[in-house]
Amino acid sequence: MLGPNGAGKSTFIRVFSGLMRAAQGHALIMDRPAREARAHVGVVSHVTYLYDELTAAENLRLYGGLYGVADTAARARELLDLVGLAHLANERVGRLSRGQQQRVTIARALLHDPPVLLLDEPDTGLDLAAFSLLEALATSGGRAVVLTTHNLEAGLRLGTRVAVLSRGRVVHERGSVSPGDGPALADMLRRLASA
Amino acid sequence: MNRFSAQLRVLIWKEALVEARSRETVLAGAVFALLVLVIFNFAFDLRVESSAAVAPGVLWVTVTFAGVLSLGRSFARERDRRTLDGLLLAPVDRSALYLAKVIANVAAMLVVEVVAVPAFVAIFNLRVDLALLVPALVLGTVGLAGVGTLFAAMAAHTRAREVLLPLLLFPIQVPVIMATVKSTGAAIRVPGVEPPEIGNWLGLLVAFDALYLGLSVVLFDFAIDED
Repeated sequence: MLGPNGAGKSTFIRVFSGLMRAAQGHALIMDRPAREARAHVGVVSHVTYLYDELTAAENLRLYGGLYGVADTAARARELLDLVGLAHLANERVGRLSRGQQQRVTIARALLHDPPVLLLDEPDTGLDLAAFSLLEALATSGGRAVVLTTHNLEAGLRLGTRVAVLSRGRVVHERGSVSPGDGPALADMLRRLASA
Repeated sequence: MNRFSAQLRVLIWKEALVEARSRETVLAGAVFALLVLVIFNFAFDLRVESSAAVAPGVLWVTVTFAGVLSLGRSFARERDRRTLDGLLLAPVDRSALYLAKVIANVAAMLVVEVVAVPAFVAIFNLRVDLALLVPALVLGTVGLAGVGTLFAAMAAHTRAREVLLPLLLFPIQVPVIMATVKSTGAAIRVPGVEPPEIGNWLGLLVAFDALYLGLSVVLFDFAIDED
């Protein structure tokens, strides 16, 4: 999902993640209202949603408990290992670097193995290595991924469909996308940003 | 264990751990309460005959002001760091979220009272009947934290939350504070002065606590909503 600043990309993610009610219409995920489908959705954004005072493992155990994950301690260990932070499991999140915190955030979003992943401009807070990791994890496991981004190149590389938002409306939509669509989409985004 | 109690347990564990490591709420509340008591000590000349009438009010003004500090922090911290969004992204029962906050706030305020009450007794040179004072303190604190947590969640949405929280809370708290002050008054012993009868004040306090907690559980879902 592409669009200039203020197009409504983050609002879209907040509505579909159940944090906001839609002013009009319905937000459905897997045929259920977004608020009732929260157990099936994982969210990664530039906000970590982590408690600085808790360790990485404790944060994952907290969220695991809320999502009803069985054996949260084992799942937390597995995911921290997956994101390369097993050695920092007992370090408080407030003492981790921004990139390391974002890796814990990726682990938090995947904790309950959600079939739908919402990524709200995740590249804003991620270093390159963490973004590559997110790409790999997001595109594996046959889950549906919605990515909002300013990064046209990443969007075209990852996306199978593209929608362009402007002032809260979808102004352009393509059922398939390839890197060759880049110049036309870049031109459209420039025009929307200056409109 | 069902899902609700599992979520409540993990949320209380989180509240305890965050407070134990940050010490933001309890430490600030305790220091604030001691300062208010010292100021009252200089402001009032409490003679033996007047202390029984004035002291309960002094204690509850102190506890209420310190409590508002704790209550305000409990949601402001979550809002500022966006951790509340993280909790709301999960399929968490909102009642569990509310009750965990109430329990954490009651615990924090009781710790502040454990510091403030001995100081209050010493500064104003009073004798108290603990068997009467403890229920009054606990029930008064539950009443304050029950509604206070709801209003703190509402006020946290706003920029003027420090002002808004007491403006919303104090009028609603009048019956609870009245019953608590009367119950506390019955627990204070002054030589030569017959303590007032506790009457039905503790019963009234129990009734208001139950009413406020019940209403707050129902209304919390609306209070926490962004729109």
